[in-house]
Amino acid sequence: MRTTTKFFALAATVAVTAGLAGAGQVIAQGRPVVKVDGSSTVFPITEAMAEEFQKTKKGQVQVTVGVSGTGGGFKKFCNGETDISNASRPILKREMETCRGKNISYIELPVAFDALTVVINPRNDWVKQMTVAELKTMWEPAAQGKIRTWNQVNPAWPNRPLKLFGAGTDSGTFDYFTEAVVGKAKSSRGDFTASEDDNVLVQGVSTDQNALGFFGFAYYEENKKRLKAVPIVNNQGRAVLPSRKSVEDGSYNPLARPIFIYVNSESLRRPEVREFVEFYQRQASKLVPPTGYIPLPSRAYAANLDSIRRGKTGTVFGGENKVGLTIDELMKLERIN
Amino acid sequence: MTVDISPTEINFRSDYDRRKLATNIFMGVAFFATIFGLFFLSLLLYDVLKQGLPYFNWRFVTTFPSRNPADAGILSALVGSIWLMFLIPFFAFPLGIGAAIYMEEYADRDFWVNRALEINISNLAGVPSIIYGLLGLELYVRILEPLTKGRTLLAGALTLSTLVLPVVIISTREAIRAVPREIREAAYAVGCTKWQAIWYHVLPMAFAGILTGTILALSRAIGETAPLITLGALTFIAFLPPWPVTTAVNEEGVVIVEKVSAGLGSLIQALQTPFTALPIQIFNWASRPQAEFHAVSAAGIIVLLLLLVAMNSVAISLRARFQQRK
Repeated sequence: MRTTTKFFALAATVAVTAGLAGAGQVIAQGRPVVKVDGSSTVFPITEAMAEEFQKTKKGQVQVTVGVSGTGGGFKKFCNGETDISNASRPILKREMETCRGKNISYIELPVAFDALTVVINPRNDWVKQMTVAELKTMWEPAAQGKIRTWNQVNPAWPNRPLKLFGAGTDSGTFDYFTEAVVGKAKSSRGDFTASEDDNVLVQGVSTDQNALGFFGFAYYEENKKRLKAVPIVNNQGRAVLPSRKSVEDGSYNPLARPIFIYVNSESLRRPEVREFVEFYQRQASKLVPPTGYIPLPSRAYAANLDSIRRGKTGTVFGGENKVGLTIDELMKLERIN
Repeated sequence: MTVDISPTEINFRSDYDRRKLATNIFMGVAFFATIFGLFFLSLLLYDVLKQGLPYFNWRFVTTFPSRNPADAGILSALVGSIWLMFLIPFFAFPLGIGAAIYMEEYADRDFWVNRALEINISNLAGVPSIIYGLLGLELYVRILEPLTKGRTLLAGALTLSTLVLPVVIISTREAIRAVPREIREAAYAVGCTKWQAIWYHVLPMAFAGILTGTILALSRAIGETAPLITLGALTFIAFLPPWPVTTAVNEEGVVIVEKVSAGLGSLIQALQTPFTALPIQIFNWASRPQAEFHAVSAAGIIVLLLLLVAMNSVAISLRARFQQRK
């Protein structure tokens, strides 16, 4: 019996030692950390900012940029776990309520535009342009199991099987595409190849002549040789290809969308967070284009700096995603002239 | 008939040829099975090396990740994985080996609690790793936040330790069970207490086996991605834990050592630093649009493979030493 007791005493000692090593209180103060998390779409921009910011601060301020999707990011943000949340759509009602419940107020800063790009295989010679109605025929829930060939969508197209590839159902990209095309977020047929990894979609569309897919402009830009973008008929009846110019003048709609960062206003009082967010706005015109996104006009970033200075909290979207917003309309919404 | 060989002789001969043939066929199949695995392994290695080698150099292992593939380095992920490599055994091995000793040597199998424990541990070894990620997120990141400071090295190491614990327990139990009963009897016969028998006779004999099992478990933990992603380690990190040295970067992004900080305070701080690990960094690069990053990702795989080979070599040499001593 005594040996058993001894053994337990030993085991307890081991456990306590292990516990103590971690349990000690922080003695010295570490370097300030700015925590960012959220959308994988916004990640490349914030990552570029974090990289450059840490170089200018010579590593004295540490910035972490996580990827957990727009929704996942807001969960952490409204739980007070992060300082900044990357978002590929505006904050939604239920997320606003969660934030309010935890007494977290935030500043909404649009940082760039993305053009959702509909892509087909380069050997597809029958599609010259596409309307939103045609996209809806392909993607709406009612199409499941029924719309199987190209000529079912448009009689002018051949009787070939239609193979669909789309963003994963947890992404902000999927939310936006379904809302813009079908009319309701997350409402889509289920029988398509979905992947959170856009490279899988690129691979799928580039190897199948009958394929159609959609993802952010950056992935199309990097894989232009293997893919063909589809001109989308806009609200003025003109078929437009996604490009920096067509997004800037608002003619590429309704698949162009603003992307955001949300800053916790409590965190903004910390000098390192404030400095990082201001750096973000000042460098955006320079650092956004190489990431494959479309920067906002410089007056938008100036207005963002002003919002930061005045501590203007809340969202201008009222908890809803707005479809087909152009840069000009966004400026109006934000009251930037 | 004028044949003068006896029927038994004929039977024996033909039977021999057939058996010989069967032997050869079986050997061929076994050889093919080996080659089949090796073929795909070498194909994979060839592909990884072909893609990754141009990016694999000293600069790559000594700089932080970057959005430019040509500047991207793997330092923060490599250091994160090395930290995990030391922290996981620190937490998992004493607990796992202790539990295994209890269950093999002390536990009364007729007692229902012990039987329940056994079933539980075997089941836990088969639970998908992502579930451990969810457990780690709730327990180590959220509930133990005052201790771990959220998504930090400590939380990651504890999660992965929990993940490998059942495997460590099971493999240690196997190793202890393999020690012949007579060894214990002999120890008792010369007047050893139970603890002395375990400590001086059973454990040393089982040690090589324990080491093999635990190192395999550790290798698995180092290669795990899913639980760390759940934990939120899928992150751009361009700094290192401040122990044993504190580092900074200059404007070119070159990492410089600022000061030696090997005290207990910095160690605790280091444990509470956000981190990333090799599989996560590789995953991050592989999912980027630029083809160059896919090559950088291959270079990352080379680093991970080298780390695993180094770890297993240490394990093999340790095992060889302990086997000799026995």
